[in-house]
Amino acid sequence: MLDGPGPALVEVRDLKMHFPVYSGVLRRQTGTVKAVDGLSFDILEGETLGLVGESGCGKSTAGRAILRLYEPTSGQIRISGVDLAKRSGRSLREMRPQMQMIFQDPQACLNPRMTVGSIIAEPLQEHARLSATETREKVAELMDAVGLNRAFANRYPHEFSGGQRQRIGIARALALNPKFIVCDEPIAALDVSIQAQVVNLLEDLQARFGLTYLFISHDLSMVRHLATRVAVMYLGKIVELAPADALYGAPRHPYTQALLSAVPNPDPTQAKAGARILLEGDVPSPANPPEGCNFCTRCPKVMDLCRTQEPQTRDLGNGHFVACHIVEEGAASKE
Amino acid sequence: MPDGSEPILDVKDLKTVFRTRDGTVHAVNSVSFSIAPGELVGVVGESGSGKSVTMMSLMGLLPMPPAEIVSGEILYGSEDVRAMSPKRLRRLRGGDVGFVFQDPMTSLNPVFTVGYQLIEPLRIHMGLSKAAAKDRARELLELVGIPDAAQRLNTYPHQFSGGMRQRVMIAVALACDPKVLIADEPTTALDVTIQAQILELIKDLRQKLDMAIIWITHDLGVIAEIADRVMVMYGGQIVEHAGVKDLFHTPQHPYTRALLETLPRLDGTRVDKLNSIDGQPPSLGAHPTFCPFSARCPKVMPRCRQENPQRRDVSPTHDVACFWDATTGGAHA
Repeated sequence: MLDGPGPALVEVRDLKMHFPVYSGVLRRQTGTVKAVDGLSFDILEGETLGLVGESGCGKSTAGRAILRLYEPTSGQIRISGVDLAKRSGRSLREMRPQMQMIFQDPQACLNPRMTVGSIIAEPLQEHARLSATETREKVAELMDAVGLNRAFANRYPHEFSGGQRQRIGIARALALNPKFIVCDEPIAALDVSIQAQVVNLLEDLQARFGLTYLFISHDLSMVRHLATRVAVMYLGKIVELAPADALYGAPRHPYTQALLSAVPNPDPTQAKAGARILLEGDVPSPANPPEGCNFCTRCPKVMDLCRTQEPQTRDLGNGHFVACHIVEEGAASKE
Repeated sequence: MPDGSEPILDVKDLKTVFRTRDGTVHAVNSVSFSIAPGELVGVVGESGSGKSVTMMSLMGLLPMPPAEIVSGEILYGSEDVRAMSPKRLRRLRGGDVGFVFQDPMTSLNPVFTVGYQLIEPLRIHMGLSKAAAKDRARELLELVGIPDAAQRLNTYPHQFSGGMRQRVMIAVALACDPKVLIADEPTTALDVTIQAQILELIKDLRQKLDMAIIWITHDLGVIAEIADRVMVMYGGQIVEHAGVKDLFHTPQHPYTRALLETLPRLDGTRVDKLNSIDGQPPSLGAHPTFCPFSARCPKVMPRCRQENPQRRDVSPTHDVACFWDATTGGAHA
């Protein structure tokens, strides 16, 4: 899946992340959970790629595998041209300052026994050789950048509210001047009125430091606001990838269409008028995905072909990619 | 009541506090509302706004102490809930008043089958025989759209998916034909496509069963879709109450207005920068002698910091607790 103009900062090719399942007395491997099964995409410098999907579709696993928090089963991950998938130990560690992560739960990702100052300083102590005074100065700068009062550096995480804790996590991620940040549901645990504050902060920081984001979320309206391009995942695979306007304006994959129609609209007159595509049943288990297309068990437009053959990703032009037999047929009949 | 029918649940001036080591927390502060049979009232608010505590107080579900209902009147039909004996209250809960909680995994007992958990309330509240209760349990699972209901009765909660478990929770809540259903964030833990299924189910069941539903959520989209009336809570108080269309089209309270503006939309044009509400939700420790939103309010006036506004009518079906007047853009006379 190659993209249009602009240099790609992150290139992911056929990334697979399979987890073995052990069971029985002898703990023999009895199956594989294919959490991420063949992802290919680029993230261009300075853009925000939204990664959306329902829980269990593998979006967080993909984010973590790209940062090499897991050992991927196969595939390539290149950041600024360096293949991370094959690196390990010290040579991987040298790459860490370039890529950082903001986690979902600001309560769980901050050590409750460390002060905010030392949490933000930790990456600096690990990777940058700064004196104690320089470190303190840098921590204060970072706290200013994310809108925290620098006088609070000696306080502990529990003294802060959810939104402020998320700001601490953001300051820590920014400490080493990364180019690429994976934001894994950074606003999911926050109240509506606080979500907008954090999203605005992320946008300001992106403009100021030229950051590139992979924004993982299940909140489709927030992704529309933030993302340049959006990838929709279903059961370990990307079913559709397109510029945000195209994806929200004219979704092509039946799953994307159903997903968008399922989002409740905060407008009572439209909400009751709009037609909704109701999907039946639940997402199949990634340990036992269906034959053919992964979505064939719930697809409202399923055909016989879908149950036997896996659809290939097809380029529809203008950076719009879809993996669906219906779209392929439609294109074929036009030709 | 707008349509003049007799309310099934009528709450007046409810005040609930928590006595803690660090002082008294005013969690619910002079909350009044009523709901008629067949009506769906949405309650929106952020975490800590008192929406769950209000509903828990109604049915005596809060641990006392530390919680204490300081004042207020809760009428179920013509009966005073606060004066009820524990025995009567127990018959009411799970009988005439059903509950659906946010997390179906923690509300269902993992060591009993789904069938057992459905049959239990039927035997206790309705006095059905084992066989009759089992039949009814199967019917309930069919009602909420679970396939193979007869077999599924013998399975355990962990064998269901999240959406199916929430359906089981709804079936348990509906077991004894409740007249009031209190649903506390019932779709928050679910994915949007599953949420859509549950919303359709609730709309369908409402028509079939004619019960009053109180739907607590922080998702304004869900409210727009299913509610007849909406109460917006902030800092333990109802700050605005209106019919769903009025609330979304002519919001009066600065908090409601800001909340609607912070939401990014799936349709329409994309804004460059989201509006945000600065600051943090209030601590409920302070005795509320001032407006709880005054610290974050863009329209704040000196009076807001000295007095707590009472709810005033904007129209017969719309009221707001605010000194600022959205129609004139100035202070309310």
